Amino acid sequence: MFEAIAFYLFAFLTTLMFFITVTTSQALYALTALAAGMIFISAFFFILGADFLGAIQIVVYSGAVMALYAFGMMFFDTTRAVKEKNGNKYIVAGMSIVAAILVVIIFAAPMVSDNITALYPMTEGVGNTQDVGMVLFTKYLIPFELAAVMLLVAMIAGIVLAGKKMDLSLTLYSTAEIKDMKIDQDKKVLS
Amino acid sequence: MMEIGLNHYLVLSTILFSIGLIGVMRRKNLLLLFFATEILLNSVNIAFAAISHYYGDLTGQMFAFFVIAIAASEVAVGLGLLIVWHKRHGSIDLDSLATMKG
Repeated sequence: MFEAIAFYLFAFLTTLMFFITVTTSQALYALTALAAGMIFISAFFFILGADFLGAIQIVVYSGAVMALYAFGMMFFDTTRAVKEKNGNKYIVAGMSIVAAILVVIIFAAPMVSDNITALYPMTEGVGNTQDVGMVLFTKYLIPFELAAVMLLVAMIAGIVLAGKKMDLSLTLYSTAEIKDMKIDQDKKVLS
Repeated sequence: MMEIGLNHYLVLSTILFSIGLIGVMRRKNLLLLFFATEILLNSVNIAFAAISHYYGDLTGQMFAFFVIAIAASEVAVGLGLLIVWHKRHGSIDLDSLATMKG
């Protein structure tokens, strides 16, 4: 009973928030709605008994990823309204429906054949976090280490890409100097 | 209706996935395209967690963890590239990305 109420409430809220994210013309509203949607999604993980996944969802998505977007948005001009593609509406709607049906088929295919057996069944009398740890550090150790290396690579790539010319502040230069810099930049882009 | 089964979660996941797809198709701003990508990844995570719960198998949760790790590194690299692009061209619209002249 309570599970059903919680499911429908959070399903409605998540759908609403993500709908706002894809339809609003203000980037800041989209960011805020997306962060709220991420937190509502973690509620599903808690309902499903995946406590550790829910905590990770809040920490990584609402904490790290959203903070990264918020800092990244300081570089962009986000105050003006976002332009939108005005393609053929029928093509967009048709492709969405086809893609959605495809997803349903992908998920339904193994259930029809009904041959799913638990590869790593949940252990009785053990909390979710402990269970996850046992499987993650035995069966999935190599993917785990690879993910760590991938995150390191991503961190270095982020520093190298975004950290270039950080010492040049546009607010500390006069207008003439900025114009010179723009000309230099254009030459660099064109060459 | 009152008993929440696996199909409820899969339908919800599909709805969120199609919202994300609509976002990917109608957005022009690259930052908002990234947001739509996050929606896609999250909807898949819900399906993974639901299947993991209803089949008593931890593999779904493991995959959800790796999806989250990939999403985090994708955001770091993508935002770095986006900042470089914005510094050079002053816009992050897809139209300015139409040519790939070095």
